[in-house]
Amino acid sequence: MKKILNGLAVIGFLLVGSAGVAVAAEEANHAAEPTHFPIHKPKEMDWTFAGPFGTFDKGQLQRGLKIYKEVCSACHSMNLVAFRTLEDLGYSEAQVKAFAAEYEVQDGPNGDGEMFTRKALPGDHFPSPFPNSAAAAAANGGAAPPDFSLIAKARGVERGFPTFVFDIFTMYASNGPDYIHALLTGYDEQPPAGMEIAEGTHYNPFFVGGKSLAMAKPLSDGQVTYEDGSPETVEQYSRDVSAFLMWAAEPHLEARKQTGFAVMIFLVLFAGLVYATKRKVWANVAH
Amino acid sequence: MSGGHSTYSPKTGIGRWIDARMPLPRLVHDSFVSYPVPRNLNYAYTFGGILSIMLVAQILTGVVLAMHYANDTTLAFQSVEKIMRDVNSGWLLRYMHSNGASFFFIAVYIHIMRGLYYGSYKAPRELLWILGCIIYLLMMATGFMGYVLPWGQMSFWGATVITGFFTAIPLVGEWVQQLLLGGFAVDNPTLNRFFALHYLLPFMIAGVVVLHVWALHVTGQTNPTGIEVKSKTDTVAFTPYATIKDGFAMVVFLAVFAYFIFYIPNFLGHPDNYIQADSLKTPAHIVPEWYYLPFYAILRAITFNIGPIDSKLGGVLAMFGSIAVLFVVPWLDTSKVRSAVYRPWYKLFFWLFVINAIFLGWLGSRPAEGAYVIMSQLATLYYFAFFLVIMPVLGLIETPRRLPNSITEAVLEKNKSGSAHPAGATAAPETRG
Repeated sequence: MKKILNGLAVIGFLLVGSAGVAVAAEEANHAAEPTHFPIHKPKEMDWTFAGPFGTFDKGQLQRGLKIYKEVCSACHSMNLVAFRTLEDLGYSEAQVKAFAAEYEVQDGPNGDGEMFTRKALPGDHFPSPFPNSAAAAAANGGAAPPDFSLIAKARGVERGFPTFVFDIFTMYASNGPDYIHALLTGYDEQPPAGMEIAEGTHYNPFFVGGKSLAMAKPLSDGQVTYEDGSPETVEQYSRDVSAFLMWAAEPHLEARKQTGFAVMIFLVLFAGLVYATKRKVWANVAH
Repeated sequence: MSGGHSTYSPKTGIGRWIDARMPLPRLVHDSFVSYPVPRNLNYAYTFGGILSIMLVAQILTGVVLAMHYANDTTLAFQSVEKIMRDVNSGWLLRYMHSNGASFFFIAVYIHIMRGLYYGSYKAPRELLWILGCIIYLLMMATGFMGYVLPWGQMSFWGATVITGFFTAIPLVGEWVQQLLLGGFAVDNPTLNRFFALHYLLPFMIAGVVVLHVWALHVTGQTNPTGIEVKSKTDTVAFTPYATIKDGFAMVVFLAVFAYFIFYIPNFLGHPDNYIQADSLKTPAHIVPEWYYLPFYAILRAITFNIGPIDSKLGGVLAMFGSIAVLFVVPWLDTSKVRSAVYRPWYKLFFWLFVINAIFLGWLGSRPAEGAYVIMSQLATLYYFAFFLVIMPVLGLIETPRRLPNSITEAVLEKNKSGSAHPAGATAAPETRG
């Protein structure tokens, strides 16, 4: 009996092992023309909002908002975010009101049944750069630029085994901002010799959907003026806008982590007390 | 409830008045206070209690979420984001509910594995086991429909793929699929009926849980030795002994649950579900939630035709078969010994089964191509072989280890070798003041 079982176990391990080798061999074959994307995994950045006590850097969020407003918003909507929430970035109510007033939104119908445009109020959401998604697609070569409200949670490169297991313990949850940062700073690398890049697309080895994407390099050094003396580089712009988009996707992140700390402390202490009670209750019963 | 004499005696006049008319306090007392449980239950036996609080937590958070959710394809996605952004503590409720589903499944998988390890399904607990299988099926249906409600990309495409399985059924398949969808494709009618059913099924689960607990209280719990309770010294009272132990396990489980909610709330989700459903854009890889992945791997492992059964129907049959086989486990296991503790070979195959199931889960997350297909087929083979070959055959040929005569004897033996308890501490609790 034992021999048969050992034999079966050996055969089983051999089969699984050979299958693993086959996978590795297959991946090696495709090295010349990549089939798995992104070609490079994004670099893990240090974010102020990472970790158990992470908070947003308000200065960084303000700079990120500036990048979004001056660059990204030409094509990308952010229609789930209301102006009133910008107070989270450290702006006063009056500043938010003034910021919103720079935008025009459609309202109506009025008493005459006419639609009209008015200055945006804090309760309004960021207006879209295009009247509808068909117009957005038509103006951008057939594919509408994605909305940015949730982009920092809607993107993320698969971490793979065993990294995803470690991620539980390191609390890694920055897939989105790491990806956005990597994509925005990844345009300068040249495609390997012989690789064909479809016309109208731009090579970016960090793009998750293929070797190139329709969006051209959106940021260049010195493009946006910072008033707080931060470096006006693509690297800095990319970090700031990634952090801003994380806030846009998860505005209650700080409250979540702060509540979490109180909850964890309570549960750990409570567990200790319940355990002590359990020891006492069971002290005289062998089990 | 286990046929024993009720020890409930109301102390107040009101208590006696109620007891003579509608003895609910007596039922509660007999079921959750004086109810005898084996004294040697370990922490693997605490997951029943954990599952009941998870069910309550899911229903409570779910009812409040439903107050803010808009059940319409044009509004659903935005309404979920409104919960996340504008509803007071909405983010907390929603993360509790979405991670709660995952933790519900973590608990149920441990609970099922506990049952398989200690032979909890064997006579006289077959109906108890089958009721559990029904709860698990209802949970799968509830979880699947709940995942559709946020109307993200994975919601939509997951629903498309999973309802598509039904078309493989000969003759009635198309009709069943259209009945599920309320049309020819996943659309507003699908969302409407899924929401209605997602709200209904948890209460059906609660109903079957009542039957499950009832059946449990008739037969009594198993225990790590697998030997039935023989005398009073084998048991302790549910309260305080089991309550405090279950309570501790619950708090620890909740701490892990809270860690996910507050620090990595999207770890178990898929980023694509933060993109609104688009029927014109198919995601690169459609994957179900992690807790269905082993079954998804089994579905895709059948890539060949078997006689008149084409690979599509074969995959669907294998997938449903992988759950259906659980229902007949009580009759597949031929062993006279209940617990794996005394079955060295079964113990080995059991742990291989656990590893294999996790491996199948990983394969389910991989694209169905190349070597992954072969690995899925081998893992599927072992999954079925465990139930259909190993369980019946091993019970006949395996030589079990010597069984103790009673739970008390097993406990005393263990303590003699471990000497973890002071002398004289082994007296049965009933003999103490």
